[in-house]
Amino acid sequence: MWAYAGRRLLLAIPTLLGASIIVFAMVHLAPGDPIAAVMPAESSQAEIEATKRAYGFDKPLPVQYLVWLGRVAQGDLGKSIATRRAVILDVRDALANSLVLALSSSLLAFVLGVALGLLAAFRQGRALDKLASAIAVVGVSVPHYWAGIILIIIFSVQLNWLPAMGAANDPGVLAYLRHITLPTVALALIPLGVITRVVRSAALDILNQEFVLALRAKGLAARRVFAHVVKNAAPQILTVLGLQFGFQLGGSVLVEAVFSWPGTGYLLNLAIFQRDIPVLQGVILVLATFFVLLNLAVDLLQTVVDPRIARH
Amino acid sequence: MRRVVTLLLAAVFSLSWTDIAFAQGTLRIGMTASDIPYTGGQTDNGFEGFRFVGYQIYEPLIAWDLTRGDRLAPLVPGLAESWEVRRDQPTKWVFKLRKGVTFHDGSPFNADAVVFSYESIKKKDAPHFDSYGSGQVSFRLASLTGITKIDDHTVEFETNKPTSFVPYQVCYMLIVSPTQWNKVKDWRKFAEQPSGTGPFRVTKFVPRERLELEAYRSYWDAKRRPKIDRLVLLPLPEPTTRLAALRSGQVDWIEVPPPDSIPQLKGGGFQITMNSYPHNWTHTLRLDKEPWNNKLVRKAANYAVDRVGICKSLLNDTCVPATGVVYKGHPWFGKPKETYDYNPAKARELLRQAGFDGVSKRPARAVHLISTSGSGQMLPLAMNELIQKNLKEVGIDVDLQPVEWNTLLTRWRAGFKTAENEGLNAWNISWNFLEPWSGFGRFFHSKAVVPVAVNTMPYINPEADRLIDEAERTFDVGKQNEILARLHELVVDDAPWIFVVHDQNPRALSARVKGFVQPQSWFVDLTSVTVR
Repeated sequence: MWAYAGRRLLLAIPTLLGASIIVFAMVHLAPGDPIAAVMPAESSQAEIEATKRAYGFDKPLPVQYLVWLGRVAQGDLGKSIATRRAVILDVRDALANSLVLALSSSLLAFVLGVALGLLAAFRQGRALDKLASAIAVVGVSVPHYWAGIILIIIFSVQLNWLPAMGAANDPGVLAYLRHITLPTVALALIPLGVITRVVRSAALDILNQEFVLALRAKGLAARRVFAHVVKNAAPQILTVLGLQFGFQLGGSVLVEAVFSWPGTGYLLNLAIFQRDIPVLQGVILVLATFFVLLNLAVDLLQTVVDPRIARH
Repeated sequence: MRRVVTLLLAAVFSLSWTDIAFAQGTLRIGMTASDIPYTGGQTDNGFEGFRFVGYQIYEPLIAWDLTRGDRLAPLVPGLAESWEVRRDQPTKWVFKLRKGVTFHDGSPFNADAVVFSYESIKKKDAPHFDSYGSGQVSFRLASLTGITKIDDHTVEFETNKPTSFVPYQVCYMLIVSPTQWNKVKDWRKFAEQPSGTGPFRVTKFVPRERLELEAYRSYWDAKRRPKIDRLVLLPLPEPTTRLAALRSGQVDWIEVPPPDSIPQLKGGGFQITMNSYPHNWTHTLRLDKEPWNNKLVRKAANYAVDRVGICKSLLNDTCVPATGVVYKGHPWFGKPKETYDYNPAKARELLRQAGFDGVSKRPARAVHLISTSGSGQMLPLAMNELIQKNLKEVGIDVDLQPVEWNTLLTRWRAGFKTAENEGLNAWNISWNFLEPWSGFGRFFHSKAVVPVAVNTMPYINPEADRLIDEAERTFDVGKQNEILARLHELVVDDAPWIFVVHDQNPRALSARVKGFVQPQSWFVDLTSVTVR
């Protein structure tokens, strides 16, 4: 188990380095002088010199990369061109907001998706199965930003129940909940659909295996059979949950833009239009790191659930 | 379980009334900017920055009177009580400063503060030089070359030549508190805890999200003490989000509602305010490169654009067609030879004359930098797509490159000849013509070429230089208007821009907002506003 964990951790390193190289290269891929790509146009000579030192622009590219990587490892992602604040501060605030949204929407999608998927599998062919499948199809097919706009029209504009945009500014858990509800629902739709389908097919797969028949034949209660099926389907479900959570974190650009939710997606969108390369670098690097670590965590969790995986 | 869920939902929904309770005496505005305009004094984000941040937190020596909607907003005394040009030396202007004014931090306003603010813009080696703020505003103060403190309440500005435009430049120079700056000694920190003399002061600054201000109770002009307690500014660049925020009661006021929504908003009890103001929405062309270096091609483009279609069908009568820099009826309009109506046949003919129907030279190609939203930009994406289609129909292929508004402004100020801008042929930026310098001088004088000011095209015409200089030397407004009308005729005929529309500045206000007068200006007076 530990050997496996160590091996997986080692494998994550080249992936992370690859991501960092791409992010680093952005400065040099942007048109014009690399200094222009990372500094506000009105910067003073002193600021420009400081940045040149930070990036080591006079040195060969591999050296520049190592210098930059060293600074990143210490949490120095440079300064935003637009706000002239340290990028790490902007990314930190945005990441906190996105994490909350990713967690809430994942939780909603996981609970509903797993429940619907299992119910559908155990009631295969019946009305409940068809309903669950219909929800799954709608979930994966409807663009979530469009669903977000529809939710705003119904719940904010027509009914006036929930705010249409922004994170809560007034203190209090309930104010926060009110602001996060609509983006959570909009963002939960796709993973809800995906998870329902995967859970249903995974459970069906196992239900059709002979050991289930044997369990039933020896007179095991339906509840106990259910437990066996869930346990066997768990690794596959976990993989999907992990991936979906990762997507939630990085894939909410459109939903965050529709709801003006100040997360990483919103920041990414703004940074693209502001050509704010240091912020782009910071957000992408942090998201990529999260994604890699999340996959690692899921892999390790799988081996806990199903020790056979570590032996392969 | 079901009961618990029901209770929870009820608890969440029942909170919707608290929004209203919170908003007592609070005005919440949804801006088009995608970020909070710079709060450190010399603000950014174009005139929307001046409108909501610059002129609310800070004040200039000479201000705009924005209390009436039935005339072009005139200049009135601000932090200066009076000013005059010296008879013996016409390059020197003496300003008598207002007494008894205090900054938000409690320190007194005086000549030192004016000198300090001027140096933060103009004196590159001063410790308090604000490189960012200076970049935003120095091109608006191009004639000012020096300042001297005469006594605590008198300063003297020096100009590079005798010019009647001085008041029109001084009105953009915002006065910041030297005391507050000396506490933090850094402009970014100052921007987070700014201090001016304006009717509102900053209480909370959340980058990229919101700016909260409160009424400054010790404001010097008793008639202009704010009636509201709080002012909240939210950057909402997405028009649909802005609209939803207004309709769900999260904001009380939005800039530029989507034109389609205006009838519905009116039906829903919202107020739509509009007024003409010195605004033009154009494509400013690059004149030293193909295809726009050819006057025939430029005229063709001007005849190809369906301005009435844009105003009627796309923008629901929230603008009027533009056939020049200023609108018909304005004292500077004159009698231009060309009236650019929608005439694709004429456009094709002009293009043929320019040689753009041969195999090698067809179609004319150009890359235009546009914004996704922003102050005075109206609905840039939809409008530009229509213009792109119009131009395509006559044989001009335009590639549109959208960027964020403030980024567009930053790139524009640097001119076409930077590595980043080298491939461009035009920028789509809306301009003001509040005064002769903003309307003409900064664009059409050969001495205003980047980096002195913003003649980016560059437009070089000795006759234009002569007329601008003459207008600048003419202190009689009537005569000055006549000279500028001649200049306008010249510019319309040369067509260095694609003239498109003049905005009517639509904004949507909730029924609870009272007392707002929409002036014929880019700026607004928020002190008269009440919220229920």
